[in-house]
Amino acid sequence: MTLRKISKDQPERFEFDTKNLEEVKNIIKKYPEGKQQSAVMSLLYLAQKQNDNWIPLSAMKHIGKLLEMPYIKVYEVATFYSMYNLTPVGKNFIQVCTTTPCMIRGAGKIVEACKEKISENENELSKDKNCSWMEVECLGACINAPMMQINDDYYEDLDKEKALMILDDIIKGKTPKPGSYRGRINSEPENNRKTLLDVKNA
Amino acid sequence: MLKDKDRIFKNLYNDNGSDFISASKRGDWSNTKEIFKKGKEWIINEVKLSELRGRGGAGFPTGLKWSFAPKEVGSRPHYLVINADESEPGTCKDRDILRFEPHKLIEGCLLASYAVNAHVCYIYIRGEYFNEGQILQKAIDEAYENKVIGKNSSGTGWDFDIYIHYGAGAYICGEETALLESLEGKKGQPRLKPPFPALIGLYGCPTIINNVETIAVVPTILRKGGKWFASLGKPKNTGTKIFCISGNVNNPCNVEEEMGISLKDLIETHAGGVIGGWDNLQAVIPGGSSMPLLPKETCDTIKMDFDSLVAEKSGLGTAGIVVINNDQDIIKCMARIARFYKHESCGQCTPCREGSGWMWRMLERMAKGEASKDEVDMLMDVTKQIEGHTICAFGEGSSWPVQGLLRHFKDEIKKRNNFNPIVKESKNIPYLVDQHLLDKNA
Repeated sequence: MTLRKISKDQPERFEFDTKNLEEVKNIIKKYPEGKQQSAVMSLLYLAQKQNDNWIPLSAMKHIGKLLEMPYIKVYEVATFYSMYNLTPVGKNFIQVCTTTPCMIRGAGKIVEACKEKISENENELSKDKNCSWMEVECLGACINAPMMQINDDYYEDLDKEKALMILDDIIKGKTPKPGSYRGRINSEPENNRKTLLDVKNA
Repeated sequence: MLKDKDRIFKNLYNDNGSDFISASKRGDWSNTKEIFKKGKEWIINEVKLSELRGRGGAGFPTGLKWSFAPKEVGSRPHYLVINADESEPGTCKDRDILRFEPHKLIEGCLLASYAVNAHVCYIYIRGEYFNEGQILQKAIDEAYENKVIGKNSSGTGWDFDIYIHYGAGAYICGEETALLESLEGKKGQPRLKPPFPALIGLYGCPTIINNVETIAVVPTILRKGGKWFASLGKPKNTGTKIFCISGNVNNPCNVEEEMGISLKDLIETHAGGVIGGWDNLQAVIPGGSSMPLLPKETCDTIKMDFDSLVAEKSGLGTAGIVVINNDQDIIKCMARIARFYKHESCGQCTPCREGSGWMWRMLERMAKGEASKDEVDMLMDVTKQIEGHTICAFGEGSSWPVQGLLRHFKDEIKKRNNFNPIVKESKNIPYLVDQHLLDKNA
C-alpha cells in the first residue's frame, strides 16, 4: 500500500474543455449501456492531462456527475492507482524505475542525476517550477535498464551522463528523442544477434 | 537453437514494421476466413492439441480454459479480455508484442473470441505503456479499415469489436479478477473465487481472460497445426516462449526460444553471457520477481520450462529472467523486490497488506546487518503466514522470493547479522518500545 496525499490547495472549479468533452463521449461509447462507470479511469487520466498533470478534487466531483456515480467512488479509484497525481507535479514529470532489474544495472545513478538537476527530494518542483521527479516501481522495460519515463516517453539504456544530458534538454524545454541511448534497436541483443538474421538483412 | 522458420514472432525486433501491410507479408490475416470455416470446436481442439499453456505466469492450459465458457450464449453476452497489464519486474515481452506484432494479437483476439462466443474484446494495457497503446490503437484502426474486424469480420459473418482500456499503474490489476474490477471502474482489488470469470466475469457475464502472448501465438498455431506446436519443446511444456533476459548480462534482450532450453544456453548464446563470466554468477530469478531465485549450482543444469522449474521449487512464471552476479548484494536485491510488493499490495487482505511491509523492513535491516540471528527464522515465519492466507496469488508472489532467499542464502544472512537484541542500559535508546529487552544486570 502506498500513502496517497491530497493537495492542500484545491482549485474551486474544474470542467472538461469542449475538446475533451467530445473525447469523454467517445470513451463512454466503448462500454455497454449503463456501464459508463468503466470510463472513470480514462476520464481521470484525461482530467490529469488537462490540469497540468494532476487531479484536483473538483475534477473528481465533475467526473462523478458526468458518469452518474457517487463522488466517493471516483475518489476511491483516484487514490488507489499510482499514476494519478493528487498533488501538483512538474509539467515535465520524470519517473525513474528503481526496481531490482533496473537497480542492479545502476538506477541509483539516474536518481543521483535527478537530484543534481531537478531537486534534492522526490516530488519537489524544480527551481523553474517546470519539472519534478519520483522513483517508481517496475515500468516494464527491464531489458533496457536502467531507464526513466518522462511524460509518456521511455528513455532507455541510460547511464548517469546520458541521464544528465536528457534532463538538461528537458529543462531547456526541448523533447529529446525517446528510446535506447546506446544505439541499439529496440530489444535486440546488442552486437550479438543470432536470430532472424534473414529478416534483418532482407 | 530454435530454427527461424519455427519462430512465431518474426518481427520481435521490428525489422520490418508493425503496420497492416508488413504484417500481412509475414502471413497475418492470410486465411482467417478458412480457419473460421473449420468451426469453434476445431479451433478449441487444435489449441488443446497444441498443449499451449498460458503465458501470463500460472501456465493454465489455454484450450481447457476456453472450453469452460458456456457453449451457448444465454441472456448475458460473453466477453474476451486480454491482459496486457505487464508489470512483473523482469518481464517486458508483452511490450514488444504490442509494439511490433499488434496484428498477431488482434487476429488472435478475433479467433479466440469466435471460439468462446464473444463479440467484444477489451485489451487492458498498463497505463505506462501509453505509446505502445497508441501503436496498438493504430493497428486496430487499420484492421477496421481493412474490414478484417468489425461488422462481418474478414467476411466470416462474425461481428467483432476491440477496445483498449488503459490501467493506471497498479501491479495487482494483472490478477485477472482485479483486472475485471478495474475494467468495471472500481479499485483493482481481486474477487473471491469461485465463481470463476468463465461463468461470472466482466459485468457479471461469462469472460475469458488471456495473456497477450498466449493470444498472439494462437493464429500461428491454427495455421501450422497444433501438432507442430506440440512438437516443439517438451511434453506438457510445448511450443516456443519469449524469454526476457535482464540484469547482469552482457547483452540483455528478448528472445523467442523453445520451451525446455537450458538456462545456461539461453544466457550464454543470446544474452552474451554473465558479466564477469559464468563463474561470477550468484543467482538467477527465472520467472519474474514472484518466483524464488535459483543459486548458481542449479543454474548450471536447469531447463527452462514449467515442470522442471517447479521441481526446483521455483517456477517459469512469465519467463522474465533476472541475472544477478557476484558484484551485487543479494539481500539488497531481494529487499528491493520486497519493497515493490509492499508498494503494490492492494490492501484488501490483512496478511498481505501488513506482511509485505514487515518483510520489506526486516530485509532492509538484514541487508544492513542490523538484525539478530533469530529474526531470520522469524522472517520465514512471516512469509508462511502470508502464503495461502490471501484472496489472490499476490500473497504467494510476495512471499516466495523471500522464501527463495532464505532457502539458498540463509548462511550469508546469518553471517552478516549479529545484532544482539539485549540492550545495554548505557546505550539509552529513548524510543525503545521493547523495555523487557533491557539488560537488567548491565
